Amino acid sequence: METRASDPNGAASPAPTLPRATPVRRVIRESADTVTLELDNSVGRSFAPGQFNMLYLFGVGEVAVSISGGPVESQVLAHTVRAAGAVTRLLVNVKRGATIGVRGPYGSAWPIEGAARERLDLLVVAGGIGIAPLRPVIYHALRERHRFGRLIVLFGARRPDDLIYAREFNRWRAYPGVELRTIVDHGSSNWRGPVGIITDLLATTDFDHDDTLAMVCGPEVMMRFVRHALVGRGLPPERIYLSLERNMKCAIGHCGHCQLLPFFVCKDGPIFALPKVAPLLDMREL
Amino acid sequence: METIERLLREHPFLQGLDDRQFALLAGCAKKARFAAGEYIFREGQEANASYLVRTGRVSLEVNVAGRGPVQLHTVEEGEVLGWSWLYPPYRWQFDARVVEPLWAIFLDGACLRSKCESDHDLGYELVKRLLRQVHQRLERARFQLLDIYRAGS
Repeated sequence: METRASDPNGAASPAPTLPRATPVRRVIRESADTVTLELDNSVGRSFAPGQFNMLYLFGVGEVAVSISGGPVESQVLAHTVRAAGAVTRLLVNVKRGATIGVRGPYGSAWPIEGAARERLDLLVVAGGIGIAPLRPVIYHALRERHRFGRLIVLFGARRPDDLIYAREFNRWRAYPGVELRTIVDHGSSNWRGPVGIITDLLATTDFDHDDTLAMVCGPEVMMRFVRHALVGRGLPPERIYLSLERNMKCAIGHCGHCQLLPFFVCKDGPIFALPKVAPLLDMREL
Repeated sequence: METIERLLREHPFLQGLDDRQFALLAGCAKKARFAAGEYIFREGQEANASYLVRTGRVSLEVNVAGRGPVQLHTVEEGEVLGWSWLYPPYRWQFDARVVEPLWAIFLDGACLRSKCESDHDLGYELVKRLLRQVHQRLERARFQLLDIYRAGS
């Protein structure tokens, strides 16, 4: 299935590394260390689910952040940012009305159009902030419910408070054919859901391995375990897609910072079909 | 009305036992129901049973000074709660609090020990199954120790 996104905005333009000044329209607090920045998109730049933008905090630095909202024609582009490094620690404190630099979108996309053509079931497996690049897939599948089979979302997080987008869960579950299951590593006294690891959910989730497309995003060690669990349940590797994360700098495949042996994650990824990257996942040197 | 032996046969944990072994286990078993919020056992109490969960959810917890109860793991449909009855000093190590109403099969620990001692084939089958559960829990605990969702990990 095709992961290559078209480039309707001309990301490969004569000045692909030039950020455009973009106002922050809204800041949504998702958890203690995570916010969603809704950036002005009055110019109508479109994107494909799974792609990312480079966000530039003037005078500080630039960081790759997946587009986490939808729909594609929206007046805002959502980016969910978690405070993890020098730039993101400041990005999560950006206020409404501030201006940041944006360039993109870049990278490959989740193969949901191919899945729609075959009317496959979608199995979304996310860990932690890994739900962010998958939310556009969920929005797409909810909006075009008739084009897909079941939508199964399995979402693991550290603690209940780290289950970002929780305010939307009831709305997602209300659609026909949608199953959303969450699990946390450590519960709290008022948590009524399961406590354990994401593969516990997989082990007790029924899916048809002949008619399912799996999309996985989370910490790499989680994806390794999930990959084994999915293949063990009979899902063909070519219908398992992963989103890899590396240190993106130029985002156009020139600088080599995100090189993963034959691939530039920014240009060839971040979405890869499992057979392409399976040997790389098992290489301890990478 | 379902007999206890039929319920035992339906539980995934015991799949593969023979008729004689099911009959032996039925002598140690009875039905058990717990409401949400009830404690099935508490840390330090005598460990007297395994519970084969049919439906519901139980949270294994430990009380941490200054933090209150911390959930370590939940046990759900098809799983087994409790194996501290196997080894001295036969004490529960954690609290087991019912999160979703529980419908389970109670297997008396002393009765099981006695049957396993007198019938090593049954003992081997049970210990093999419990060891698989312990193995799965150990893998899970190791994975949780990695704390993979922590920022910057």
